[in-house]
Amino acid sequence: MRQLMRRLVALAPVALGVATLTFALIHLVPGDPVSAMLGDYAAPADIARMRHDLKLDLPLWKQYGDFLFGLAHCDLGQSISQHAPVARLIRERYPATLELAGAGLLVAIIIAFPLGIIAGADAGGPGDLAAMGFAILGVSVPHLYLGPLLMIVFSLDLGWLPLTGRGGLAHLILPAVTMGTALAAILARMLRQSLVQVIGADYMRTARSKGLSESAALIRHGLRNALTPVITLLGLEAGALLTGSIVTEMIFSWPGLGRLLMSAINNRDYPLVEGCVLTFALSYVVVNMITDFVYSAVDPRIRRG
Amino acid sequence: MASVIRRNPSLATGAVLIALLMLSAIIGPLVLRANPLAVDLSRVLAAPGPGHWLGCDSLGRDLLARIVWGARLSLGVSTVVVALSLAAGGLIGGAAALAGGRIDGLIMRAVDIVMAFPGFLLAIALAAILGPGLVDLVIALTAMGWTGYARLVRGEVLSLREREYIEAARALGARPGRLLFRHLMPGLAGPLAVQATFGVGGIIIAEAALSFLGLGARPPAPSWGNMLDAGRAFILVAPLLTTAPGVAIGLSVLGFNLLGDGLAQLIGHRRL
Repeated sequence: MRQLMRRLVALAPVALGVATLTFALIHLVPGDPVSAMLGDYAAPADIARMRHDLKLDLPLWKQYGDFLFGLAHCDLGQSISQHAPVARLIRERYPATLELAGAGLLVAIIIAFPLGIIAGADAGGPGDLAAMGFAILGVSVPHLYLGPLLMIVFSLDLGWLPLTGRGGLAHLILPAVTMGTALAAILARMLRQSLVQVIGADYMRTARSKGLSESAALIRHGLRNALTPVITLLGLEAGALLTGSIVTEMIFSWPGLGRLLMSAINNRDYPLVEGCVLTFALSYVVVNMITDFVYSAVDPRIRRG
Repeated sequence: MASVIRRNPSLATGAVLIALLMLSAIIGPLVLRANPLAVDLSRVLAAPGPGHWLGCDSLGRDLLARIVWGARLSLGVSTVVVALSLAAGGLIGGAAALAGGRIDGLIMRAVDIVMAFPGFLLAIALAAILGPGLVDLVIALTAMGWTGYARLVRGEVLSLREREYIEAARALGARPGRLLFRHLMPGLAGPLAVQATFGVGGIIIAEAALSFLGLGARPPAPSWGNMLDAGRAFILVAPLLTTAPGVAIGLSVLGFNLLGDGLAQLIGHRRL
């Protein structure tokens, strides 16, 4: 518990840094949002009024202060294109993205563990070759192609699964596989490498010599020790999975945060862009913190850090 | 040659794939002659046949020509981005390591914050604000890529710095810049080459994804990402329109991943 508190405290400066970077991205990068929103033929008076409405005429430090103050109160301003509070729009869409990312993670784990274990236990053998061959293919197939490919095969040809949208489990399968495949490949490689190192360790020899079968020794003693680097990687990549959902959501018309962000970008709705980017980035930070925490729970050696 | 293939199949396969990719990017447009931008409405969605080996897209443009020009764009952008990321990350990481103390701490905190920000999201946000276009695309992708190299260079320099030959050079009065480029570079080259090779593959995917989302190369430009996006509408009638760019991206990335694996094996440097 104290561990958790300490990590939460450590989270604060990182979150502040990420929020500041988001603010800087939107407000400091050249390009005038207002003239972009109103188009080339806008009257100067209209531009001035809009700048005033969006509080862009205030000095930068004041805007930054307001931004942080709003953030502390979960107020992210008003969306221009949808005429609604940004925070509410995000809250409506966020569960869909979490659901998709969670399912993608699950798919990755379900594929990666058998593959990694087969390859690790049979290092150098045919099982290893097959599993790792699949893994390197999996990393290389871009999800922007895998998505349409899965749609052709499973929705259009076989008619087994729905093409787009969000609904029950059936809707979730194709996008989740699209998102999870590359991660599955990376994880399987990591697990294999980690298992190969562990198999030579002394405690594995002990386990075997006390009469455990090879597979029992591997599952009961080897796997647990091989897991730490895999969990670290899993956490790092789980954060990346959240942002990776943007492309997948566009392919499958999934009503999540990624599509909200893209529509905000296309509508030049800067407050909404800012809110979406911030939500993605903070989720990433939080996922990384959770990883650190799980990491120390699994491996007592690093508990005292 | 045969022994190289047997001992390091990843390196050999990767090198062949990349060589083919570079060949098609450099020579392809010269041999094919077909204009990747020439609209021909009499050939809309034409099936593959003589003169148009992969058929034509929804505007009657030759698909093979667009794929080959796309290789030029994809390879060009990713090489430039990785070179810039290497230069920026290397200078920043090297400076941090050589300066040490408070400056090092300050620089690495900044790197940590940028790294705490998901890379692809940073590229999307930057590309969205800067607007579509090749230069803006390169800036956005470089902003996403440089931090990894900064960390790597700093770490390697910190460990190399303690070697005796560096101490000797310093004792002879070599300044930090000379130390970095003349004495540290050779030791850095291996790990950097491995990371840069994987990096090119990663940037190829990121570039395609940004273009797919409409934030990369502007539409008539033959980018694989654009082509995938445009082809999706015709996935039933002309599946080649998505398959061709998809396979092109996949093979390029596979090539760089294999090459990176092979290089790592060659210099005995494990990834992660």
